[in-house]
Amino acid sequence: MSAPDFAALILTLKLALTATAILLLVGTPLAWWLARTRARLKPVAEAIVALPLVLPPTVLGFYLLILLNPQSAIGSFWLSVTGETLTFSFSGLVLASVLYSLPFMVQPLQSAFETIARKPMELAASLGASPWDAFVSVAVPASARGFVTAIVLTFAHTLGEFGIVLMVGGNIPDRTRVISIAVYENVERLDYAQAHSLSLVLLALSFSVLLFVYIFNRRFPVHVG
Amino acid sequence: MYRLALAFCQFFCVATSAAWAETAHVAVAANFRPAMETLEVAFERESGHDLQVSYGATGQFFAQIQHGAPYAVFLAADAERPHLLAEMQTNRIEARTYAIGQLALWSPHTEALAADALRGSGLRFVAVANAELAPYGAAAEAVIAALELEEALAGKLVRGSNVAQAFVFVQTGNAELGFVALSQILSLPEGKRGAYWLPPPELYPTIRQDAVLLDHGHGNEAAVAFFQFLFSDQARSIIENAGYELP
Repeated sequence: MSAPDFAALILTLKLALTATAILLLVGTPLAWWLARTRARLKPVAEAIVALPLVLPPTVLGFYLLILLNPQSAIGSFWLSVTGETLTFSFSGLVLASVLYSLPFMVQPLQSAFETIARKPMELAASLGASPWDAFVSVAVPASARGFVTAIVLTFAHTLGEFGIVLMVGGNIPDRTRVISIAVYENVERLDYAQAHSLSLVLLALSFSVLLFVYIFNRRFPVHVG
Repeated sequence: MYRLALAFCQFFCVATSAAWAETAHVAVAANFRPAMETLEVAFERESGHDLQVSYGATGQFFAQIQHGAPYAVFLAADAERPHLLAEMQTNRIEARTYAIGQLALWSPHTEALAADALRGSGLRFVAVANAELAPYGAAAEAVIAALELEEALAGKLVRGSNVAQAFVFVQTGNAELGFVALSQILSLPEGKRGAYWLPPPELYPTIRQDAVLLDHGHGNEAAVAFFQFLFSDQARSIIENAGYELP
């Protein structure tokens, strides 16, 4: 593998890890709220969360270019705080990935949380557990499978991200040139050997990650209720 | 009776003219869109034929045509791919240059622009098309090299996969400057064109855009007629007005 392609691989892993970590922090409370709430706005929130599944990545990328540019409210705020633009930067890619992979974190977590009966949570509360304590010692272990599925799917999905990165990233080596872009470039300039070696790495990585999920889910079936 | 005759005549006329008019599928490089839209209207009015135009990336059209996509005529953004395709056709016809692309350094928000803008210290990003994939990208990199700005601009170049994307980067304000096609700037309404600088043509390799009549177009009157029309005086003046040089 050539040095630039290796750099693209490392950058991609870094991006996927960062985005997954942020989504775990943001997605868990969101999924918990969605699983528990009876608010009338719930379907609206669910639809917004699911949007990235349906929208073409180019649409999302195009809107982000407009929303995050240095003259926009968000873009200029970020620029004044960090001295760096959001578009064409690693932070911009992280933000884009967080939006793009949001449903992959929230949806498995939400369905895991929904299967937890209210009984054990109420029991924990009646035994004097704080809501946080009840969440950590009852809900989280009971939703272990949901967590693993959510984390792995988010990670794997971010690995393969292409359309948005192409729009928002600008293909800068070591900063925004991720593996999917490198593959695209190799294919377009008819360098199939390079494209093959990179694609194989991505394929093997994605397969082992998914295989891990399915093995985990079979070994540790969690019974709830 | 009179009415019936009229209806009959109308039906007959429509049926015969439909037999005369044919439809041709044309694949056109995205940068040529504004010119092509004008050409299409002029050609269809003049000939009565119908064109179905697809716009896209030259590299992708090349791969699709190689794998049997039913395009009759291909207007590419380079000279290499039409040439390769011409050699693969059973009915071999030379590819011909229909336009020569002009590179422009563009900023939508200034009054005047020259090469010095690339040396500005506050400059954050310059958008270019990917030099490995797009002729306008290769031209841009050649100009940057000729101006000896490679080091100064390292880390500031953001690459779109084609010149259309480089244009979007600049238009949405994400890059202050960009190397785009003059034809893209001229397709904007006059008040929104900002300022542009045309690098001297000797600084970059000529961006020849060639067209080729494909096997699917042989025996298709619309395709053959359009291929001829493309090199007529009328078409040439439309192409020139859209921001291209003529071969």
